[in-house]
Amino acid sequence: MRACARTIVSAPIESVWTIVADPERVLSFMSGVTRWEVADDQATGLGARYRMLFRIGSAEVGGLIEVVEWDEPRELAWTSVTGVDQRGRWRLRETSGGGTSVEIRLAYGVAGSGLLGWLAERLAGPRVSSHLRTSVQQLKGLVEQEQLRERAAARRAARTS
Amino acid sequence: MAKTGVAGTASTNGHLATTEEPGGDGRTRGSLLGRALRGIAQQAQSRIPRADLDERDPDFIRERLPMMWLMASLWFRGEVRGLGNVPDSGPVLLVGNHSGGNMTPDTIVFTLAFNTYFGVERAFYQLAHNLVLSMPQLGSLRKFGTVAASPDNASKALESGAALLVYPGGDYEVHRPSWQRNRVDFGRRKGFIRLALEQDVPIVPVVSIGGQETALFLSRGERLASLLRLDRMFRLKVLPISLALPWVLNIGDMLGHIPLPAKITIETLPPIDLRAQFGPDPDLDEIYDHLTQLMQDTLDALALERRLPVIG
Repeated sequence: MRACARTIVSAPIESVWTIVADPERVLSFMSGVTRWEVADDQATGLGARYRMLFRIGSAEVGGLIEVVEWDEPRELAWTSVTGVDQRGRWRLRETSGGGTSVEIRLAYGVAGSGLLGWLAERLAGPRVSSHLRTSVQQLKGLVEQEQLRERAAARRAARTS
Repeated sequence: MAKTGVAGTASTNGHLATTEEPGGDGRTRGSLLGRALRGIAQQAQSRIPRADLDERDPDFIRERLPMMWLMASLWFRGEVRGLGNVPDSGPVLLVGNHSGGNMTPDTIVFTLAFNTYFGVERAFYQLAHNLVLSMPQLGSLRKFGTVAASPDNASKALESGAALLVYPGGDYEVHRPSWQRNRVDFGRRKGFIRLALEQDVPIVPVVSIGGQETALFLSRGERLASLLRLDRMFRLKVLPISLALPWVLNIGDMLGHIPLPAKITIETLPPIDLRAQFGPDPDLDEIYDHLTQLMQDTLDALALERRLPVIG
């Protein structure tokens, strides 16, 4: 099962990347995610591992994931090592207006779980999609707010100098 | 699927019981009913599997999680809180109050939540009544990590470093009348405390609500069970009577029933290190009273959250 959400953020691509790639900030904008912690010594980059959980229905599902693509500041993809099968991807692109188009994709399921597995994936689908939509909107709010604060700080600095 | 705790009845518990001659007294011998019951008892007891921790199958569990998720999410609208209180690794004794007759919806909801939260790679066993494991259609429970309740099996599981779920109240608590639904009742069984002390593992209390609203439980039928000598033959102290689907009047609950879709909420409490809290040589009664009171207080709080029976 696949889910996807996208938005345009009025901020440079680097500012968006700083937030999506920082494991300590994931919980501040990802809806439904209850845990996202660094699982070994490496916190970011290709091969970084996180233990993540996502509340859906009666359970918190997830497991150990590993970053399998790290193309700063455009692509960040991960795949599951344990737990529910999943492949996720942040896809960031600069827009002509100086903003950033942000897309999150998530493919998930439990291989070998048969018809009931298929049914569970379908039933969870709308909730997962809704969480992803909320997440990109929260990310947009967070990045744009930071931009406002940075611009205000720059103006203050210009006035005092 | 009534599960039971280690009630300190090693002599009649678990696979040890296979060596006993059931129903071998003069009052039942000779009568047709007596012979029939004895035959069933022998059949059931010969089916009780020896505990083999290796029978737990992580791949099997993983593939069944979507089915359990459907049941827990759609039917019971299960909600499990505080799983972060369970230590991330190492052996731990999870002690729960038990509800819902032989269908035990609280076990379904909790087993799902534990396996998804910690991953199927973390060894997790549950103790169950011998009869549950001897039912032919429930053999797959062993793949989920369910083992026959006995002190030996419980020690073996904890020694292997696993998390172990016990329901000390067992068949006694699970068939309590519905009007006692929000009461923790372990029947003064303290074997689980002895086990935690012997193995020096923390206890994590697991309090659940809603299970006793899945049918209208009327009576444990203790006198009926004693009259039919079920306690001697099957280690069953109860022959429960309830109003449940699809049977309407359900006596014994041996074939199970269709549980009403009651909302199940489960609260996992912080771990208790018995020696740190009660001293190097703790008193079993003191721990028992403390633990059951703590669980009762939590259950009372969960009951206050509930607006309507079944609906939650």
